[in-house]
Amino acid sequence: MTDPAIALRDVHFSYRTGPEILDIPDLTIARGERVFLFGPSGSGKTTLLGVLAGILTGFTGSVEVLGRDMAKLSGSQRDAFRGTHLGYIFQLFNLIPYLTVEENITLPGRLHSARAKSLAEAHAVAKRLGIEHLLSRAVTQLSVGQQQRVAAARALLGAPELLIADEPTSSLDFDHRERFLDLLFENCALSNSTLLFVSHDRSLAGKFDRQLSLLDFNRAHRTEAAV
Amino acid sequence: MVLLSLAWKSLRNRLLTTSLTVLSIGLSMALLLGVENVRVGARESFANTISQTDLIVGARGGSLQLLLYSVFRIGQATNNVSYESYLHWKNHPAVSWTIPYSLGDSHRGFRVVGTTEDFYQHLRFRRDRKIEFASGRSPKDVFDLVLGSDVAQSLGYKLGDKVVISHGIAAGRGIADNDHKDKPFTVTGILAKTSTPVDRSLYIQLEGITAVHIDWADGAPPMPGEETPAAKITKENMKVEQITSFLLRCKTRMATLQLQREINTYPEEPMQAIIPGVTLQELWRTIGYAEDALQVVTIFVILVGLLGMLVSLYTSLNERRREMAILRAIGAGPGKIIALLVLESGLLSLAGCALGVVMIYGLSIIFQPIVEQQFGLYVPVQPPTVTGWIYLGSVLIAGLLIGFVPAWKAYRNTLADGLSVRV
Repeated sequence: MTDPAIALRDVHFSYRTGPEILDIPDLTIARGERVFLFGPSGSGKTTLLGVLAGILTGFTGSVEVLGRDMAKLSGSQRDAFRGTHLGYIFQLFNLIPYLTVEENITLPGRLHSARAKSLAEAHAVAKRLGIEHLLSRAVTQLSVGQQQRVAAARALLGAPELLIADEPTSSLDFDHRERFLDLLFENCALSNSTLLFVSHDRSLAGKFDRQLSLLDFNRAHRTEAAV
Repeated sequence: MVLLSLAWKSLRNRLLTTSLTVLSIGLSMALLLGVENVRVGARESFANTISQTDLIVGARGGSLQLLLYSVFRIGQATNNVSYESYLHWKNHPAVSWTIPYSLGDSHRGFRVVGTTEDFYQHLRFRRDRKIEFASGRSPKDVFDLVLGSDVAQSLGYKLGDKVVISHGIAAGRGIADNDHKDKPFTVTGILAKTSTPVDRSLYIQLEGITAVHIDWADGAPPMPGEETPAAKITKENMKVEQITSFLLRCKTRMATLQLQREINTYPEEPMQAIIPGVTLQELWRTIGYAEDALQVVTIFVILVGLLGMLVSLYTSLNERRREMAILRAIGAGPGKIIALLVLESGLLSLAGCALGVVMIYGLSIIFQPIVEQQFGLYVPVQPPTVTGWIYLGSVLIAGLLIGFVPAWKAYRNTLADGLSVRV
């Protein structure tokens, strides 16, 4: 566990046409850390997550995630890496509409056998998140709060080393937000996952080990429009 | 397997568009197979217009011509065969049966055929079906007449009606002067439908043909008042001099070629014998271009069906961008996104093909009797022919290939979208 979870050095990124979105001289996040990342729209949050998840390539500099040099991995290696070691929660619409809750939770394991866990484990995660009774439901029948918990269950299944959450609570009301965050922390601790939590809602920041402002470490932000 | 179940569930989720797409592919597939069946049916019906006849024999001339006037009642003979020669071959030891035809007269555009009881006994079509009577009986007397089923239907004749036949085979109403109006015939029987040219003729006895021409000389009718009155004519005193052609069945198939050679070199009279199957095939080849045209049309129909699938898959992609981003996030590579969409179009085409096969079976079973009745076309109900299977295979492959178009688009989308939320 000597490698940091995330280590960026002199990273520059721009889309094919357009201004530079990322210019990050140095960013390090240790393993097991719970980091709150904030920044206004257009500050490059989504782009940074894309780079970390191995979806976006074409950056310069060094991006190491869980000890792997993302520039050196092939496309399918990055896909396998993401499928095996990463959990990802979106802001909204996290679930495949035509699958049941249980099918949604177990889908990553069915795509990548290294992630595959027993059904019992899926049930255990679902139980910890309080959605066990929903497993056979169609996802379209769930409330937004329930959907986000299902998304969390999917992201947490198989104890990923890095969990990236992209504004997962912005569509929840205050009570649900608190409960969701508590559950997330609890489960990250259980699976020993590093948590990178992105939000523009600074009221949550106090619960995290560390708060990072994208505006502080990304020199390319400032005036650019959302991408 | 994961992708297959994903593809299946995704299609099931869009049940309406899925079923419409499957329906459109199914319909065009059914049409394609239907046309193929009709094609096979037409060819079969054609080849089976006449069966169990080993040789068709007539005066020397074109073999196609002999086939056309003897089987299809099209065109006419340039020369006749003497009755003596006919009797010679009829009594030949290698011959099982013969059916003589005497042609050249007509009734309101339908051919009149002089023949004998042999016609009702021996003629076979569609392998082993024989002539049957819808009502009445075969002609026994000189002026008895039997109607083919189409003739009876279109002219509305009943048993006992009087029919005047005309000399020559002019379409429509013959020249009035050429009517054998002094010697009317009586309908004694109506044949059951055969869906062959048999339906479009009237049948009398060979002696009947002789009777109506008895006073004719050099192709001209007798002067008024000089006709032999019909009352004086009996079957016994009518002497058959010549016939037009005859069908012949050998006792053994082996004898056919030998007999054909014998007939073709018969010293007494210039004659020719043809094997109907061979000549029918020649004829089919010359008129077969019609089926090619039909085929081209149906291929376009299937293209339209596949295009419909393309459109429905392609338009669904925008609402599915979200889904693709999720799949990417949980580790599905672009290859899997492509495979998912290709699988979906594959499943759609497969279901469409299956539906097409089921539909054409159902429709064939329901409409076979109607088509046979109305169009004289016997369409077999059978599993897809080799060509049918080739069609099915090609549509499946084409469906899979077409799937690459939306798949490629989805792939481009995922590259552009990454993990971002663009709804």
